[in-house]
Amino acid sequence: MSAKPRIRLPDSVTIGEIIEIKTLMAHPMETGARRNADGTLVPRLLLHTFEAKFQGKEVFRAALHTGTAANPFISFFMKVPGPGEFEFIWIEDGGGRTIERKTLKTT
Amino acid sequence: MKNIRNKACAAALVLTSAFAGTGLTQQSGSDSIERELDTYRSMMKSDPWSNPAMLDVDRGEALWKTPAGPNNVSLEQCDLGLGPGKVDGAFAMLPRYFTDADRVMDVEARLLWCMENLQGFDRVKLLTRPHPSAGMPVKDLGAIATYLAYRSNGRSFSATFSHPKEKAALALGETLFFHRTGPMDFACSTCHGESGKRIRLQSLPFLSKPQEARKILGEWPAYRVSTAHVMTMQHRIYDCFWQMRLPEVELGSDVSIALISYLVKQADGGEIKIPGMKR
Repeated sequence: MSAKPRIRLPDSVTIGEIIEIKTLMAHPMETGARRNADGTLVPRLLLHTFEAKFQGKEVFRAALHTGTAANPFISFFMKVPGPGEFEFIWIEDGGGRTIERKTLKTT
Repeated sequence: MKNIRNKACAAALVLTSAFAGTGLTQQSGSDSIERELDTYRSMMKSDPWSNPAMLDVDRGEALWKTPAGPNNVSLEQCDLGLGPGKVDGAFAMLPRYFTDADRVMDVEARLLWCMENLQGFDRVKLLTRPHPSAGMPVKDLGAIATYLAYRSNGRSFSATFSHPKEKAALALGETLFFHRTGPMDFACSTCHGESGKRIRLQSLPFLSKPQEARKILGEWPAYRVSTAHVMTMQHRIYDCFWQMRLPEVELGSDVSIALISYLVKQADGGEIKIPGMKR
């Protein structure tokens, strides 16, 4: 069983408030420079892009490179325009996508 | 090519002479290294959300609750000492004696027993390469153990060691801790019997001193940044044995449980704050 990404949103937010969104994703972030015990190169397998959309509109994007640690933790800030749905997308080499959705409620 | 090598040589010489003049600062630098390391550690700890071990806490929870194995049952009927399925605070009371198995068990040995006897998994398979290699996620058993330990967060280690077999495990653990053996003539106490020791940048706790044991034990299972996975206490002991060039110690063996009993006893009263974060 592989791990599911973790998303942390504040429990209660008001419109106009600046909030921190925290994400944690399980991934080996293989750089392509490491060798196996038998000397063969371990093929590169990185998450190269992280995107966050709110109500379908991009609010944050990050390009990740070989210097990013395994199991990357990414947090960012956003001014809350209103209630809505987040979509978090991690894109891997080869195009594999992990998508996680989470609803933000406002009071 | 030759030219490049000469240049590299020259650079190396410059570096050597630069260091030669700073012998003194290097000596007195150990305090500042320790300070910088503390900053690094507190940055990693400041937000428990940034600890990737939390992914395995989630994974462990799902594994605990999902029917699996030949018998297709979940582990929720597993008795960790407080009754079947009672999870909160159970880890804080381990290791303890279990009548059904007629032996003292820590959390991982108990899980192994439940996976074998409740779910019907093959013990031999569970014990084949039970620990992850670098870069690989912790095995299922370790993820569940991390989840169980997490559910004792905020509590203190309070195993009682009142049953004769618990007392025997404790006594064996103490003996093993100080017993020098193997080709390197090492004991646990060789590295963990004094304050302020370090291997490279990793400081070594003085584990027979309750003050230090209390601070450290509650951080295991911990996420290791260098290997990018969760390391459990059984894995930690397995690795210490390997480092001492001793025969492989089996997960859940009497030797491992005795040592864990001794360490938990030293840490008695220490707070549990899972998961920790290590180099």
